[in-house]
Amino acid sequence: MNFWSFVSQNRFEIASLTAEHLWMVGIATLLAIALGVPLGILITRRPALRKPVIALANIIQTVPSLALFGFLLPAPWIGERAGRLAILALMLYSLLPMIRNTYAGIAGVDRSIIEAARGMGLTDWQLLFKIELPLAASVILAGIRVSVVISIGLATIAAAIGAGGLGELIFRGLAMVNNAVILAGAIPAAIMALLADFLIGWLEKRFAPPREA
Amino acid sequence: MTGSQQSAVQFRNVSYRLPSGHEILRDLSLQACSGEILILLGRSGSGKTTALKLVNRLREHSSGEVLVNGRSTRDWDIIQLRRHIGYAIQEVGLFPHFTIARNIGLIPELEEWPKETIDARVGELLNLVGLDGDIGSRYPHQLSGGQRQRVGVARALAADPPILLMDEPFGALDPLTRADLQREFLSLQQKLKKTVVFVTHDLHEALLLGSQIALLEEGKLVSCNTPGEFVASSEPLVKKYVEAFAADDVLKRGRA
Repeated sequence: MNFWSFVSQNRFEIASLTAEHLWMVGIATLLAIALGVPLGILITRRPALRKPVIALANIIQTVPSLALFGFLLPAPWIGERAGRLAILALMLYSLLPMIRNTYAGIAGVDRSIIEAARGMGLTDWQLLFKIELPLAASVILAGIRVSVVISIGLATIAAAIGAGGLGELIFRGLAMVNNAVILAGAIPAAIMALLADFLIGWLEKRFAPPREA
Repeated sequence: MTGSQQSAVQFRNVSYRLPSGHEILRDLSLQACSGEILILLGRSGSGKTTALKLVNRLREHSSGEVLVNGRSTRDWDIIQLRRHIGYAIQEVGLFPHFTIARNIGLIPELEEWPKETIDARVGELLNLVGLDGDIGSRYPHQLSGGQRQRVGVARALAADPPILLMDEPFGALDPLTRADLQREFLSLQQKLKKTVVFVTHDLHEALLLGSQIALLEEGKLVSCNTPGEFVASSEPLVKKYVEAFAADDVLKRGRA
């Protein structure tokens, strides 16, 4: 069976697997932002926590993905549904770039700007939301970009535990020794990753603070 | 308090030590009276910038007392204290992601002034520091060093604080622009009558602007004089400063 005829015959299934894939990565990314950005901010305020937090995120990152999916299987509630489990695993993998880039973005804001803001009488929250986060936004977005691109690739493996997504086609194609089926899963995933890279990269530039030429 | 003049900023036996125990300021006693310009003069590492930062509590003194309007800075709400004091620094510290107008209007914005009042105030301040009103919509990186420095002064004046802290605000400028800004600042001060604490290492600037010149060396106050007294002083270190300044032979060399 050739690639194009497989795609046209299965376009609805491919579309729904793509949507499922996007859903997993999207929710995982939102959760990772919701957890990682505050953690990144926390370690700029409590330097003593920096090493342990980064080390933990680093360790998670080193667990092989298939093993992580497996480890999480016995977890209550999470383990009941493969989708939940995949989202949790993807979120854990995304944490490191979120935490690290949030920290680096804020730590990278010019000291004299921070001192000026404090000296003018901004409260800590005003400093964070008006000065630090806006100036760190492009660095944080760079972290989001990296983690989304990685997650889109990783999410294909989630099919191994039955979480669906484009990985289903890839695993099915591998079992059938049929390249057309593998490609029908791999190509949309690759396009999704490229698009995400491009879109978030565009946002990153938009949010970059104006600089001297 | 001395005579009829009220002290707006006062240091009483103030010391500042780093957590390592290293002493940056030792037993500093000084005051700036209302409406005058107190210069903190000294070389790098003399503690003059640290002394300035004790006033708005960017640093916390280890012992002694810093008084603002007769009240210990520790008794002030820190945000109220800082909003009571304008702050302008050498690297300007303008916020690169804000327009000039928003930079100047930030404190009024946080104090929830009505928008029209803020706009009017920003226009007034730009005019006051000699800038075009249409510069307000630009970003800091689009301005020259001299323009940025003017914006820095305008921003410090935004909420009309009675006290100004200035840390080498004209330090990074070319000599001509610098002289312009010093002159303008002086005439501005004659109108506004703020209490100014001004850090510099430049004796020329100190003599030009100061009502009082406090010379610091290695964290200690060497002397505190009016410019006239300073030039005539017999204190050895003060004499060294004055001599180094007077012995500037570069011009003679050009003529030879």
